[in-house]
Amino acid sequence: MRARIHITLKHGVLDPQGKAVGQALAALGFAGVGEVRQGKVIDIELAETDPGRARESLREMCERLLANTVIEDYEIDLTG
Amino acid sequence: MKTAVIVFPGSNCDRDSAVAVEAATGRAPAMVWHGEAALPPVDLIVIPGGFAYGDYLRSGAMAAHSPVMREVAAKARAGVAVLGICNGFQVLTEAGLLPGALMRNAGLRFICRDVALSVERDDTIFTRRYRAGATVTMPVAHNDGNYVADGETVARLEGEGLVAFRYRENPNGSTAAIAGILDPARRILGLMPHPERAADSVLGGTDGRALFEGLADSLAA
Repeated sequence: MRARIHITLKHGVLDPQGKAVGQALAALGFAGVGEVRQGKVIDIELAETDPGRARESLREMCERLLANTVIEDYEIDLTG
Repeated sequence: MKTAVIVFPGSNCDRDSAVAVEAATGRAPAMVWHGEAALPPVDLIVIPGGFAYGDYLRSGAMAAHSPVMREVAAKARAGVAVLGICNGFQVLTEAGLLPGALMRNAGLRFICRDVALSVERDDTIFTRRYRAGATVTMPVAHNDGNYVADGETVARLEGEGLVAFRYRENPNGSTAAIAGILDPARRILGLMPHPERAADSVLGGTDGRALFEGLADSLAA
């Protein structure tokens, strides 16, 4: 089973990198770009075949290592 | 006073920390590699600055889960003093030994210069050789020094007097200009500035020396 984990800064946490990327896009002439937020994508292969158990295990991975839940949110996609 | 300095792959202030500790205590610290599962009997553990594990994932995230950190957490629970400097502060937050997180500097630049700090209290094992309210100068050298915590945590830190050092001029966007914090028992200090890089006049400053001397006074065996 494969999973994709999206990690983003929580709403309300200032994202200086996203802000700089937004400014660079504006400088390149892209009009109408609103707020830009930068995050991380982590792809994981799992031996587990049960989606429920896989999701539970991935949730624990996020809580314990992959995300810092003080400043980050995570989303888990099982991709097949 | 017996000290252990933890060494991760990518630590780069471990030797400076050891020199500062030895100058203050007369005893060379044990240098303990991150893969060790046990620590010698010590009164102080220093988690030094650097870029442990290349800052992979997040600064301090991998180091926080290395084998030696389980032992550091156990010793901390038993009352052993812990000093985390710069990357060491990041490791302590990632390990859950101190609250909050250190984010990318608000200005997105790596900051490497001397900064003025206010000493917030002088009744701790780390700050007893300073005077509360005094201004001291130490260098910072970090990309991720922007201290962030939720409102409740910051209110608790302020209310319980757990802010040890504050920037006189906030260089990195830290909440409430926080440069260093203590755990509720005031036996763990994490700070972004480098006292060990200001512990000898040949380094350009000596304001950091008092921190190590204060520890030597407090923890003299």
